[in-house]
Amino acid sequence: MNKKTKQGIAFMIFRILSVAVAGILFYILGFIIYQGAGVINIEFLTSSPTNGMTAGGIFPAIVGTLCLIAGSSLFAFPLGILSAIYTSEYAGNGKVIRFVRVMTNNLAGIPSIVFGLFGMSLFVNTMGFGDSIIAGSLTLGILVLPLVIRTTEEALKAVPDSLRRGSLALGASKLQTVSRITLPIAFPNIMTGLILSIGRVSGETAPILFTVAAYFLPKLPQSMYDQVMALPYHLYVIAVSGTDLEATRPMAYGTALVLIAIVLIINVSASLIRKKLQKHA
Amino acid sequence: MLETRKVNFYYGDFHALKEINIKIPANSVTAFIGPSGCGKSTFLRLFNRMNDLIPDTRLTGECLIRGENIYHKSVDVSVLRKKTGMVFQKPNPFPKTIFENVAYGLRVDGISNRSFIADRVEQSLKSAALWDEVKDKLKKSAFELSGGQQQRLCIARALAISPSVILMDEPASALDPISTSKIEDLIHTLKKDYTIVIVTHNMQQAARISDKTGFFMLGELIEYDDTKKIFLNPSKEETQNYITGRFG
Repeated sequence: MNKKTKQGIAFMIFRILSVAVAGILFYILGFIIYQGAGVINIEFLTSSPTNGMTAGGIFPAIVGTLCLIAGSSLFAFPLGILSAIYTSEYAGNGKVIRFVRVMTNNLAGIPSIVFGLFGMSLFVNTMGFGDSIIAGSLTLGILVLPLVIRTTEEALKAVPDSLRRGSLALGASKLQTVSRITLPIAFPNIMTGLILSIGRVSGETAPILFTVAAYFLPKLPQSMYDQVMALPYHLYVIAVSGTDLEATRPMAYGTALVLIAIVLIINVSASLIRKKLQKHA
Repeated sequence: MLETRKVNFYYGDFHALKEINIKIPANSVTAFIGPSGCGKSTFLRLFNRMNDLIPDTRLTGECLIRGENIYHKSVDVSVLRKKTGMVFQKPNPFPKTIFENVAYGLRVDGISNRSFIADRVEQSLKSAALWDEVKDKLKKSAFELSGGQQQRLCIARALAISPSVILMDEPASALDPISTSKIEDLIHTLKKDYTIVIVTHNMQQAARISDKTGFFMLGELIEYDDTKKIFLNPSKEETQNYITGRFG
């Protein structure tokens, strides 16, 4: 077999595989839209569940999930970005920092249910927040912290050293170099990490199971010390442990569709912001 | 103007500069030549303490600018770097507008007076022989400029902070011949206001633009004299061999 045929066959295999991957994704998305689109209407999006969760809408769960996204982002983004700036721009490459880096990677590999247990023990019980938005947000925040740190570090590393040196050579301090050169250049890539972490937060069920999620709570939260319903947990409830599973099946797909839509909307708006930022650069 | 006394510099265990003594006069162009890895760039970076950024390095001896030891504890490195502009081998404009690139050094210095900054940017771009080419597009990204223009922008950026010394580390090695000759002309005009030290691989360039030339080899300053003398009648055999192209 000559080089050209070999290459042709190899590329053919690659092509088939990538089409297959995209196909699976589109199939899942299409399936959920097909099954769920029927139940989506204004009422479904704006009212509380009724009749033992066999009717009504999912408004409290949407609000709950948005609260958790906001809460965990407020906690994890500043903390993650700042510690990544420290480890990649200031700390050098000593033993302690290498150890911290390895631990961060390990943290990223811990199953999310473990974070749930940890959050329950620390935030719910020891710190006395009870089942609440704040306990859930902190737990989810810790869950995505390694992701935020890693992607921010990578984004900072991608900034050419020549620009840092150029800035320092003009008499800028290290802090000025980070805030005026390195961080703005890395920001679009940092945002990619933030988007990923929002997707993760909105979809996780295990960490919120013992820390915030309510089985049925038609009332909206009044403060961050209240419990909320959340989309992934609600989906689980009406899919497997509701009062009438057959009746709620379409609602489960509807809920899944809303969850996907929220993540999609956040992704798209974030990448629009990203594009705008890159244009200005 | 610039002076070193018995300077030794180490990267870890590697002895990169050996007992270097030099006196560089003000308002002149001094070129450092020598084979790759001879220490000429390392030596250049001593004068704005950019070597400080490299971990595990060590310096002995004295390094003076206008008689002041720049490695003394009381020296503020950012103040030192404002007095010693640097131009790097590859143009490294910031991903900002042309105007903001030149204004950067002023802004990090805490200057916010708009008309002062605008004046200084214009002056600097004029001194760097770039003003006529960019005056209508100051708000455009610096990346829209050609490589040669970018390098002159980097020179303007260094001039904006009004340094007395300009260090250039092979400033034309990534440029085409026309851009190179523009940079060389520029160096020639700048020397009446600045003390310029340039590292170059290109011996014709050193011969064309410099008043004094230092030849480095294996971390030693083999010979340092008037450029004419170095190129026409060097006193050391190594220098003779290098400039005639027998090695390097």
